Amino acid sequence: MAGDIIIRTENLTKCYGDFKAVDELNLAIRKGEVFGLLGPNGAGKTTTILMLLGLTEPTRGRAWINGHDCTRNPLVVKSFVSYLPDNVGFYEDLTGRENLRFTGRLNGLEGEALEERIDFLARRVGLSGAIDNQVGTYSRGMRQRLGIADILVKDPQVVILDEPTLGIDPQGIEELLQLIKELSVTDGRTVVISSHLLHQMQKICDRVGIFVQGRLLASGPLDSLWEQVSGQQGQLLELAVEPDNPQLREILGRLPDVEEIQQEQALYILKLKKDIRRELAGVLAKQGYTVLHLRMRQGDLDDIYRLYFQQEGVA
Amino acid sequence: MNRGLYVLFRKELADHFRSKRFMIIMLIVAATCLAGVYSAGLGIRGAVAKDTGEFVFLRLFTSSGGSLPSFATFISFLGPLVGLSMGFDAINGERNGRTLSRLLAQPIHRDAVINAKFLAGLSILTLMILTLCLAVAGFGIILTGIPPTWEEVARMLIFMVLTIVYIALWLAVSQLFSLLFRQTATSALACIALWLFFVVFVSLFAGIIADGLYPVTDQSPADTVVKNYNLKHNLNRLSPTLLYDEAVVTMLNPGIRSLGLVLTSQVEGAIPGTLPFGQSLLLVWPHVTGMIAATMICFAISYVCFMKQEIRA
Repeated sequence: MAGDIIIRTENLTKCYGDFKAVDELNLAIRKGEVFGLLGPNGAGKTTTILMLLGLTEPTRGRAWINGHDCTRNPLVVKSFVSYLPDNVGFYEDLTGRENLRFTGRLNGLEGEALEERIDFLARRVGLSGAIDNQVGTYSRGMRQRLGIADILVKDPQVVILDEPTLGIDPQGIEELLQLIKELSVTDGRTVVISSHLLHQMQKICDRVGIFVQGRLLASGPLDSLWEQVSGQQGQLLELAVEPDNPQLREILGRLPDVEEIQQEQALYILKLKKDIRRELAGVLAKQGYTVLHLRMRQGDLDDIYRLYFQQEGVA
Repeated sequence: MNRGLYVLFRKELADHFRSKRFMIIMLIVAATCLAGVYSAGLGIRGAVAKDTGEFVFLRLFTSSGGSLPSFATFISFLGPLVGLSMGFDAINGERNGRTLSRLLAQPIHRDAVINAKFLAGLSILTLMILTLCLAVAGFGIILTGIPPTWEEVARMLIFMVLTIVYIALWLAVSQLFSLLFRQTATSALACIALWLFFVVFVSLFAGIIADGLYPVTDQSPADTVVKNYNLKHNLNRLSPTLLYDEAVVTMLNPGIRSLGLVLTSQVEGAIPGTLPFGQSLLLVWPHVTGMIAATMICFAISYVCFMKQEIRA
C-alpha cells in the first residue's frame, strides 16, 4: 500500500491581493501514511487544505488526489476525501444521529445501511450512549469525536483534519490521537493533519511538512528532517548555569569546539563542531558553576521549528 | 447529480417546519388574516342583503369590515416579514455555526446549498399562502353562503401567485443580506430597515421629491398636477409593496379599470362595468413581471456572491 503518491501538488499558489497565503507548494503524500502539516497560525495550512478539496481556487498551480484534479473535479475528489474543519460545527438542535444521517444522505447512503453505519461509527468513537442526544448538549471533546464519526460516514480513502486537537483536554487529546492513528494503521486510510502542536504530531505522524509563511520549508520523516536542518547548522547545545555571570561567556568562548555563543533569555545556545557535553560539564564544575540545564537540540520538532524560525527571522 | 439538492431541500423544509420562529410567524399571520376576514365577512353579510353586488366572494379578501384592515392589506404588510424571517440567517447562520465548511466538504455542488435554501423557502411560503387562502375561501363560503364563480376562483388563484411572488422577493432579499452580512443580527436589522423603508418611507420620499420638482398649488395648471402625480406614483412603484397592492386591488376588484390618474376627458363616453378577467390580468402584467424580475435579480446576485465567497470564516 504505502509508497504510491496519492496527494500531489505542483507549484500550488494562492494569493489574496498582494499577500501570498500559499507560495509555490510542491507536496507529495503517500498512500496510507499520516502526514503532518506543521506551522504557526496563518502559515497557509488551511488554505492549502481548502485548495485540495476544491473549496478555494488556486491562483496558480495544480493539485491532484488519486489522479483527480482537485480544482476541476472537486465532486469526485470530495466523494473519497473527508475533511474535518477546525472547530467543526454541527446543527445544534439536531441529535448526533440526525447530523450523521444528513452527511450520509449527502453521500448517497440511505435507510438501513446508513443506520447501521451510524451505530458502528458511534461505537467506534465512543459516543454510543449520546448519539441520540442533541448536539447542543455535547462537550467539546464529544463534538470532536462526532466530527471523526462524521468524516468516516462516507468511508473515505483520504482524511484531512484541520487542528483536530485544539481546545481539548489532555485525556481527550490522547484518545483522539489514538483514534486518528487507527484511521491509518487499522483502516489503511491516508491521513493529513494540520496542526501547530508539535508534540502531538510527533506521536502520530509518519512524515511532516513544515510550513512557514506559505512555503514548505522542509518535509520528510522526523529524523531526516533534523538532518536536513542540522547539516549546514552544526550542533546546538542549550545551557543554563548558576551563577550566570559575565565570566561565563569568556570560559565558554575559550572552549575549542565552540563556534558561536548566543543567548536566549536564561539559556545560552552554543554552536558546536561536535558533542562536548562531557568536557563542558567538567570544566564548568571546576569553575564552581552548577549546571541547571544541558541539552542537545535535535530530533525534537520544537527544535526544528525554532531553528527554522531563527533562519526566517520570524520568531 | 441532484442528490445533494434534494437532500438539502428536505433538510431545509424540516428545519422550517420545526423551527419556533416559523410557528410564531405563521400564527401571527394566520390569526390577523382570519380576524380580518371574519370582520369583513360580517360586513358583507349585511351588504349582500341590501344590494345584489357582483363578486361578493372576492370582497372577502379586500373589504375591511369595521375596525380591522382587509385580508389583502394584512398580507401586503405582514408578507414581507414572513419572507424575511425565513431567509435572513440562511447563509451566515451556517457560517456562524461553522457548519458551512463541513457541508461543502461533502460531494455536492456549491450552488446546491443556495438553490435548496431558496426552493425550500419558496415551497414553504407557497404552502402557507395556499393554506391561508383556501381557509379564507372556505370560511367565507360558510359565512356568506355564496359560492364563488369560476372567474372569482381564477382571480383568487392569480392573487395567490402574486402573493407568492411578492413574498419570494423578500425571501430573496433576505438571503442576499444573509450573504452580505456576517452577523445574523445585522442582516435581520438590515432586512427590517428595508421593509420599513419600502412599506412606510418610500411614499413620503416620493411625495417630497415630486413636490420639489413640480410644486402644486391651488393655481397650478393641470399639466403640473399631472406631472407631479405621475412622478410620485412612479417613484412609489419602486416599492414592491405598492406594486403588489396595485396588482392585488386590480385582480380582486374587477371594477378597477386603470391604475393611476384618469382625466375626465378619458372617461367620457365610457360605459360603466367591470373588466373581464383577461383585461385585469393585462393591467397587472407589468407588476407581476417587475416583481419576478426583482426576485430573480436578487437571487442571481446572491448566487454569484455565494459562488465567489471564500469558505473560511
